[in-house]
Amino acid sequence: MSGVMSVLPPVFDEWFARRDWSVHPHQIALLQRASDTATLLIAPTGGGKTLAGFLPTLVDLHQKSSQGLHTLYISPLKALAADIRRNLETPIAEMGLPIRVEDRTGDTSYSRKQRQRADPPDILLTTPESLALLLSYEDAPRVFGHLQRVIIDEAHALAESKRGDQLMLCLSRLQALSPALRRVGLSATVEDPAALTRFLAPHPAPCRILTADPGPDPDIAMLVTEDPPPWSGAGAVYSVPAVLDEIRKANTTLVFINTRAQAEIYFHALWQANDDDLPIGLHHGSLSREARDRVEAAMVRGDLRAIVCTGSLDLGIDWGNVDLVIQIGAPKNVKRLVQRIGRSNHRYNAPSRALIVPSNRFEIVECVAALQAVREHDLDGDPRPDAPLDVLCQHILLIACAGPFDADALFAEVTGAGPYRALTRTDFDACLDFCATGGYALRAYDRWQRILQRPDGLWQLRDPRRARSIRMNVGTIVDTETLAVRMRNSRGGTPLGEVEEAFAATLTPGDTFLIGGQTVRYEALREMTVEVTKQPGRKPKIAVFSGTKFATSTQLSHRIIRYLAAGDWSALPRHTADWIDLQARISQLPRAGRLLIESFRRHDMHHTCLYGFAGRNALQTLGLLLTRRMEDAGLHPLGFVASDYALLIWGLEPVTDAAALVAPEGLRDGLENWLGGNAVMKRSFRNIATIAGLIEKNLPGKRKTGRQATFSSDILYDTIRKYDPDHLLMRITQAEAMRGLVDFARIEEMLARTHGRIDHVQAPHVTPFAAPLLLEVGKVPVRGSADARLLEAESDRLLQEAGLK
Amino acid sequence: MTAYDFSFCGADLSALPTGILWWRAQSLLCVSDLHLGKSERMARRGGALIPPYEVRDTLNRLSEAIRACDPATVICLGDSFDDLQAPDGLSPADHKHLAGLMAGREWIWIEGNHDAGPVEVGGTHLRDYSRGPLTFRHIAEQQASGEVSGHFHAKATVRTRGGGITRPCFLIDRRRIILPSFGTYTGGLKTSDPALAGLMGEQALAVLTGPSAVAVPMPR
Repeated sequence: MSGVMSVLPPVFDEWFARRDWSVHPHQIALLQRASDTATLLIAPTGGGKTLAGFLPTLVDLHQKSSQGLHTLYISPLKALAADIRRNLETPIAEMGLPIRVEDRTGDTSYSRKQRQRADPPDILLTTPESLALLLSYEDAPRVFGHLQRVIIDEAHALAESKRGDQLMLCLSRLQALSPALRRVGLSATVEDPAALTRFLAPHPAPCRILTADPGPDPDIAMLVTEDPPPWSGAGAVYSVPAVLDEIRKANTTLVFINTRAQAEIYFHALWQANDDDLPIGLHHGSLSREARDRVEAAMVRGDLRAIVCTGSLDLGIDWGNVDLVIQIGAPKNVKRLVQRIGRSNHRYNAPSRALIVPSNRFEIVECVAALQAVREHDLDGDPRPDAPLDVLCQHILLIACAGPFDADALFAEVTGAGPYRALTRTDFDACLDFCATGGYALRAYDRWQRILQRPDGLWQLRDPRRARSIRMNVGTIVDTETLAVRMRNSRGGTPLGEVEEAFAATLTPGDTFLIGGQTVRYEALREMTVEVTKQPGRKPKIAVFSGTKFATSTQLSHRIIRYLAAGDWSALPRHTADWIDLQARISQLPRAGRLLIESFRRHDMHHTCLYGFAGRNALQTLGLLLTRRMEDAGLHPLGFVASDYALLIWGLEPVTDAAALVAPEGLRDGLENWLGGNAVMKRSFRNIATIAGLIEKNLPGKRKTGRQATFSSDILYDTIRKYDPDHLLMRITQAEAMRGLVDFARIEEMLARTHGRIDHVQAPHVTPFAAPLLLEVGKVPVRGSADARLLEAESDRLLQEAGLK
Repeated sequence: MTAYDFSFCGADLSALPTGILWWRAQSLLCVSDLHLGKSERMARRGGALIPPYEVRDTLNRLSEAIRACDPATVICLGDSFDDLQAPDGLSPADHKHLAGLMAGREWIWIEGNHDAGPVEVGGTHLRDYSRGPLTFRHIAEQQASGEVSGHFHAKATVRTRGGGITRPCFLIDRRRIILPSFGTYTGGLKTSDPALAGLMGEQALAVLTGPSAVAVPMPR
């Protein structure tokens, strides 16, 4: 270990020796490359990745004292920042290093944030949004002027979203404020490391990839229960007894579920069956911060045997003694599954143990396919487009908050960010104009520009007081509007969490729903707070509040269709093989090279299900196009929903000529025009307009209860589309939709693959394969002739009933 | 485009699918809450720069109705302008458009809470206005009868087997009519809101706007 001795100062060697630890080769490699502009370290969880990232900083600060903020650590999760601080403080204290570490997130108090800017610590741990905010203050050059290193944790996760694009713009800003800045990205295993370096490194600097020993393959299996899972649904409540058995056998278990509502239901079911009173906690993003803090603290103390959680705990939190991960519901992509398993068993070089619990029978097929993929190290991932312009608009406004800027210099800085390396000056100028005037063809706001160019050529805010509301709008995560839920009592009541406004709107006093693992009764809505009382023992109305919905990756979809086509179901439990046989009897199985279409009646509506296996986005687009055809043919379609493998459409009249419905001729005609007016486009417009700063986020406490003052983003969308169709935001929305949402290429591929060979089955009722679609979230309404017919009928019925006709 | 025809305090009225009230016998057209100049007002106050096309859009829709009915009298039922400075922010083209609509008709601006005062665009400015059995004012009064008002931007949701359908709506009972808002940039207040539920009688109807005017018992 002489190489080690020459790299680490003695106090570090002694510390490692005292802990009986040896330094990992990748930790040394990173230290030796400490002066490289950019480095990407790929290492499994538990491989000392975080320590590797910080080691160059700790050594540097041991050798010479810092002049202010030395190292910035950025993670996608608030909880991770706090967790890393605890983990860093131990070695710093034990080695007696003169280093101050602090974290700064949305949860940090106002006074502490003020103090951090006045007197920054040596190491600051933060999130992309908090960094963007810090950079929007006038004192950013002073705070970051001596910054030496930045560590980007979970870089693979950040690179998958606009949060990462925003972060890379901020890093370019930091690089301009402190040209000596070095950056290190820490990542779990990814399918395309080179793409991640292009994202991470300042353009055109090189970025070396260091790869740690990936460790042994995970020990991962499907939990097979005696009771078969249901045909459809995502709750997996059937598995509760078997999962309790597994929790009992393990030390500490993490139970992952894909959505918050499902987590609530599952947690409730676990407790009802928990006869041994095993300490089990619940953690998800809709719970109040107090509730989350309590669970996190209990977990750190080792008081809990299991936590039921969603993506809020998905990334890298170091809870050493977790020895089992249970994934409820099919893992929608293989990469996510592998990263989740990484949570388990933090001892380096010991295999992680994980169980997958499919929640319905189709998911069993999906699980079997996913396990095959894990064994074959076949990671999946879809490349993201570069340079989202809505994020750039937000960045320009935040930069303007920090002080006057030169457009040429800012353009140079922005194109130094990996995702924006190919940005054209024309697009940059369009974003600048959008920030200044709104970018409308009708130059209505030249008097009221948000930013304006001074005689000396620099740009600045017209009204500096606007900085506050621009800062309030920071971030690229656009949430649906939510309302706080509180227990009713005389002193304001305990906060329990939050629910979507749309869900709250469906509640009438007396309704019950689950939150924080308990059943509560809705009492009233008071000042945008949902007041509830305790209602133990009642069967709850199900809460459908928000939670991320993942789509099955293309690669996994292809595996599933190959699996079904192969016809060998020996890897499947008996009940699932039976279920597939039942599908074959009632209808038939999808066959390679043919398109299966089923029609059946349900609840007085005609349903048509197409098994396209083309991925959710493509099938959603197909839904838009086919319902348009149905509208023209007088079939009065009402709505549709797409999953990764099938599309389900319902309406008032049956589809009789399935071949004509999916005929490729003319399908693309008017695609863009038709797409322009639909609900899917409006949804993405809302996100883009919010990020770009056209729509201000509704802030807690600032909302009015009288909603007639506000109007929906749909109205803005319709108006721009009618009067200013070439507007920047329309361009961004269309480009995003055509690339991501629309995926027209995969529709064409599917139609070419099946080439008019259609099996149209008239089923007697819903079929085993179609049933899961009835429970899919993300149903898209078709607002057409069916509405008129239903409204007329409902009007007649209601007026008769009320004796008014 | 089917209107909902009804009799109210002895007057035969039509609730048009566009959200306009039409009194054929009097050749009187009534429209509420145009909120002209809303986008300019938001920009002037330093808010978001939303698409500056709502004046054009609102006036385009109003002129279609005026072309179809050719009314002798037009009553704008208050909140016609988003504030008292809003007329200054209208473009010359918008002013010309508005002047063209007003030419040759009796045009009455009722004061609203947003535009409580005279504005320099011609026409007559009144706090309220009566004709025959009807009184026109911006905000409904508790004890009134034969009253036509606006202000609330009512919208109703009808549940059908195909899901809920929400549309701006008229509210009508024996004593009063509340018009939906007509301006392009206006949201809505649900009929279940206590402010509306408390005003309307038990037999109240909601007449939904849209492709056709459709009546249902007012959803509470």
